Amino acid sequence: MLHLDRLAVQQGGFSLKADFKIAVGDRVAVIGPSGGGKSSLLNAIAGFLAPRTGQVLWNGQPMPDHPGERPLSILFQDHNLFPHLMVLDNVAIGLRPDMRLSVSQKAQALAALDQVGLSDKATAYPRDLSGGQQGRAGLARVLLRQRPLLLLDEPFAALGPALKDEMLEITRQIVQQAGITTLMVTHDPQDAMSFAEYAILVADGLADAPAPIGPLFHEPPAALQAYLGRRAP
Amino acid sequence: MLRSVLGGAVLIALLIFSLGTALVVGLQGRGLGALNNADWSAIKFTLWQASLSASLSIAMAIPVARALARQSFPGRQALITLLGAPFILPVIVGVLGLLAVFGRAGWISAALDWAGFAKLSIYGAPGVILAHVFFNLPLVTRLLLQAWMAIPAERFRVAESLGTAPWAYFRLIEGPMLRSTVPGAFLLVFLLCLTSFVVALAVGGGPRGTTIELAIYQAFRLDFDLGKAASLALVQFLICGTVSLLAFLVPLPQTNGLGLDRVLQRLDGRRHRLWDGFWISIAAAFLVLPLGAVLFRGVRHLLELPPQILAASVTSLTIAIISTALCLAMALSLSLAFARRGALARSLAEATGILGLASSPLVVGTGLFVLIFPYAQPMAFALPITASVNAMMALPFALRVLMPAVQETYGDYLRLRMSLGMGRWIWAKRILGPRLRRPIGFSAGLAAALSMGDLGVIALFADPDLQTLPLMLYRLMGAYRMDQAAATAVVLVVQSLFLFWMFDRGGRRHAAFG
Repeated sequence: MLHLDRLAVQQGGFSLKADFKIAVGDRVAVIGPSGGGKSSLLNAIAGFLAPRTGQVLWNGQPMPDHPGERPLSILFQDHNLFPHLMVLDNVAIGLRPDMRLSVSQKAQALAALDQVGLSDKATAYPRDLSGGQQGRAGLARVLLRQRPLLLLDEPFAALGPALKDEMLEITRQIVQQAGITTLMVTHDPQDAMSFAEYAILVADGLADAPAPIGPLFHEPPAALQAYLGRRAP
Repeated sequence: MLRSVLGGAVLIALLIFSLGTALVVGLQGRGLGALNNADWSAIKFTLWQASLSASLSIAMAIPVARALARQSFPGRQALITLLGAPFILPVIVGVLGLLAVFGRAGWISAALDWAGFAKLSIYGAPGVILAHVFFNLPLVTRLLLQAWMAIPAERFRVAESLGTAPWAYFRLIEGPMLRSTVPGAFLLVFLLCLTSFVVALAVGGGPRGTTIELAIYQAFRLDFDLGKAASLALVQFLICGTVSLLAFLVPLPQTNGLGLDRVLQRLDGRRHRLWDGFWISIAAAFLVLPLGAVLFRGVRHLLELPPQILAASVTSLTIAIISTALCLAMALSLSLAFARRGALARSLAEATGILGLASSPLVVGTGLFVLIFPYAQPMAFALPITASVNAMMALPFALRVLMPAVQETYGDYLRLRMSLGMGRWIWAKRILGPRLRRPIGFSAGLAAALSMGDLGVIALFADPDLQTLPLMLYRLMGAYRMDQAAATAVVLVVQSLFLFWMFDRGGRRHAAFG
């Protein structure tokens, strides 16, 4: 269980408060206006942003300070892959950040690539991959890391509608199968509906507790209504 | 931690090297009272020639850059590449080339003589200005071309669709761009012309053609008057310092030489074909003819090279390689220490770069001479001093290339590195190293070529037994052995370009693509 215990973070003149729990295996969309604090929330959970007060707990234990030691993986909007490393290496650094792969680890990385349908791209470089394939390579790394929590910071925002839907579906299958708890920042209510079971509204420096997404969108509170306008799904 | 210590150490070393030597010089000198009329006219001439050279370079660069921006023609890319050549060309070779075309025994004089007119003489003020325009016109052209390329094509299309007249084009689009670019370019060229020494040494001199740098050199080498050299060095430092402060207020144009390979999508190109063609031809001829003249003559006389060429080559190569290593070490330490530390730290590092640009090699040389003299024979330190001064002179350019690359790599991948828990060593070896390879190669090439062609401190310190290639070339010119000088120029150019090419290519091979 992910527990944000009276968490407050500060970044420049901006501050964000959050105090809620998310159960293991839940898929949660993080929505809200630009500059409302969505990315700050993810950065605080990932450990890039130290809390001013409060703490982030996983299964009752405070998370380690260093981002690399936290039980989570993160996918950014871009720069998930190092352009000068082969796809296989890009995936394998999820397992061995020092890049010294044993034979069995290499086999594991190849299996992860196979799972996302990229088994023939192991020796290719990121520039040879399409946008969707780059997203899949990032997912392969998430799979390989086997961390129980996944943070998605609009990773597919640059893709076209059909491709984005496809990637969301693949991601959903993967996290569901592996039982990974997932938080996904998105701008698109449609994406949130199709991917997540719960939604967190982040606006004006406050992250609400997750609420079931259907009812939330059906009868949005004022802040969400203002954000959605007439585009409620 | 180590990074900050190293970066801080480099910063302090640089401050001692530039400001410290200037302080020593200031204490040693007899103040401004030691300056006679000739010295004051040298000061006036220095400021005058720098202003005129900068104005002329910019006045000519504007039509050339505009022509290159809006015309596409075969050889355009080659010409743009060639515009980068004078920057790494040994200055003394350029001067030799200008003499071959414009000098008393040059082509134009020969033509004038044949037609019954008087021969040209470019020694003194005309030669200094001609050479400064020769070296800086290409630089300014590239800077302006980059600014022109940065104007979004849509703006030209909007102007075109509104039926804009040529004058309005200028007022709406090009004028504002020039207003923001030209002051910085002017200051940059002004600074380069203030501290340029070789040009004055080779074609300057006399009452109306002596710069402060040349006066320092003469006080040092001819009059053995260290106090007067120090007074002059103080004046030079004050002028350069003032200009650098100005340069801090007016941002100097940034150039990395990338992105110059496309042609602006403009519809008004065809109207200006003749005018643009004229300027492109002028610029190309001005660049190609002098170089061609030297190289052609040199190749024909290669067999007459004096035997000392071998020793001189080895000395020059040694200095260049040591200086390149030093320059890279400093630039990397500064970049790694300060690239991520916010705007203030970066402008501190940038200011150090400008300090390197504004420090005159002769002021630094004079200061070091004064420091060493009481304890040892300064001539014995000619090589290490030359190597370190050269490294400092190349530092601003290396920083301009390396700092953004370091910043970008950290900006793009620091969070990914942290979330993966990637260790320091593997990050340096597998991520930072490969991604910096290309900028490192390029800046190493620049540093090596600049050091190879340098004739500043070495002229101050060298005893007659010590030869570097530029020094040898200068001495041959002084002895009017022009065939051998041209042949030496060929060797020097080949070695400089080879060093540049080797480093740059080393960086490109297996380089990180991104």
